[in-house]
Amino acid sequence: MKIRKNVAQSDSGFIFNPSNGDSYSVNETGKLIINLLQQEKDDEDIIKQITDEYRIDRDSVEKDLYDFKNMLDAYKLTE
Amino acid sequence: MEKKQYERPLIKPLNNGLMNKFGTRTEYTAITNIDGKNVKELLKEFGSPLFVMSERKIRDNIRSAKRVFETRYPKVQFAWSYKTNYLNAVCKVFHQEGSWAEVVSRFEYEKAVNNGVPTNKIIFNGPDKTDDDLVLSIKNDSLIHIDHLDELYRLIELSGEMHKKPRVAIRVNMDTGIYPMWDRFGFNYENGQAWDAINKIIASDKLNLVGLHCHIGTYMLAASAYGIAAAKLAELAISIKKRYNQNISYIDMGGGFASKNTLKGATHLGVDSVPEISEFAEAISSSLLNAGFDNAELPYLYLETGRALVDDAGFLLGTVISNKRLSDGRRATILDFGVNILFTSFWYDHKISPAQEFSFNTEDCVLYGPLCMNIDVIRENVSLPPLNNGDNVVVHYVGAYNITQSMQFITLRPSVVMIDLKGDAHVIREKESVSDVEKNERIIDHLEKFKL
Repeated sequence: MKIRKNVAQSDSGFIFNPSNGDSYSVNETGKLIINLLQQEKDDEDIIKQITDEYRIDRDSVEKDLYDFKNMLDAYKLTE
Repeated sequence: MEKKQYERPLIKPLNNGLMNKFGTRTEYTAITNIDGKNVKELLKEFGSPLFVMSERKIRDNIRSAKRVFETRYPKVQFAWSYKTNYLNAVCKVFHQEGSWAEVVSRFEYEKAVNNGVPTNKIIFNGPDKTDDDLVLSIKNDSLIHIDHLDELYRLIELSGEMHKKPRVAIRVNMDTGIYPMWDRFGFNYENGQAWDAINKIIASDKLNLVGLHCHIGTYMLAASAYGIAAAKLAELAISIKKRYNQNISYIDMGGGFASKNTLKGATHLGVDSVPEISEFAEAISSSLLNAGFDNAELPYLYLETGRALVDDAGFLLGTVISNKRLSDGRRATILDFGVNILFTSFWYDHKISPAQEFSFNTEDCVLYGPLCMNIDVIRENVSLPPLNNGDNVVVHYVGAYNITQSMQFITLRPSVVMIDLKGDAHVIREKESVSDVEKNERIIDHLEKFKL
């Protein structure tokens, strides 16, 4: 999954999709995942980075990542 | 380096100027303690889910209500409404604070007797009193509140047979300007049924009419309706004095004062819109004091307030079982307590707080119970911080009607603990066991054995 190239993300977690004018806000972990996806990291890299940085188990992150990516897809932020 | 607190990744669309059916964020603080007891430790010790009653809050509520009424009216007596919460520990706190007992069934009557309430301080309401119940109440000199003519005639017969003159009141229903009008209980004021019943009682010379009772509704949001009701009962009492030269010794205004819970569909939160008890007290006492009673003959004011005195003293603690995404994109969180023990979630949007610290981010979600039934919805729309599996929540304002209306459905009902004034937690109802539930079941011989 890739984030659309023209999707912009601010440091404060504000997301703007110029294709349709929609905007979103994300929390800290959401912001991190979008950043990593923009760097074209795969799921394993993302899960590792999150479990390294946060107090959370791998299975929970995997489940949350799957759900979050589905939401990015539903909001047409991916290509 | 110490790892950071994890929060599920969230993405929220930003919409300008549109109403959000999930409402705005209302929870700003985690509830980690109740009366000084740590929520997570309580759950660890007594299991999840868990009802918690605060003895301190109950005492504060009844003392405050008494003060509010007694500063406005000289003769006030509270009677604890057993049906609101009849756990013995809860009832006994009210009895220690001077409340009598108000019961609506033989079961509740026996609970009050077993709790040590003097039988002449038990008010027996309700439409279903059997001959046995009436005979017992007559023997015990309890206050019998008559609901319908059949009961009135039966009571006249029984008291004649027993050669005893029971103390009775009639329940009166009336138009107080609120909808729906509760006219299914008691005798109507406007069409003359109430006056007719009064005349029948006095003419019989078998019953001692000592009181007049009403209970105009539940979760009442208009204090003025109580003023109208008190004025109408006072008018009946004064008519009795004029016609029969007989004093009515008490006027019982029943219950119905709203708690601070938020009704489904309400435009404002309950804490912002529900009248204070002082407003009800002002309306009732003004009506009675201005009704025209001789000062020496002012009737006692009885109050059967339940919900407003106990709702905010009860908490339900629970645990998140799982999170899922619904087909329409909504977040659903499944909790380990359902509508079987939180019956009031059918009509309240209960305030629910996380029991652990959280960030400023919120997520619109639906809260479901664990019952494997579609109707098991705790909150249809609520904006909460993201909850993870194993996180805990605290449901507020659950002290009224949940324990008495709970159902043992597919699972066992949880423990109830009371936190005493020293901050110690005591079990006041043990968690149910399979043997509790099966105790009253019987197997027919030919069903004993089977081979699969």
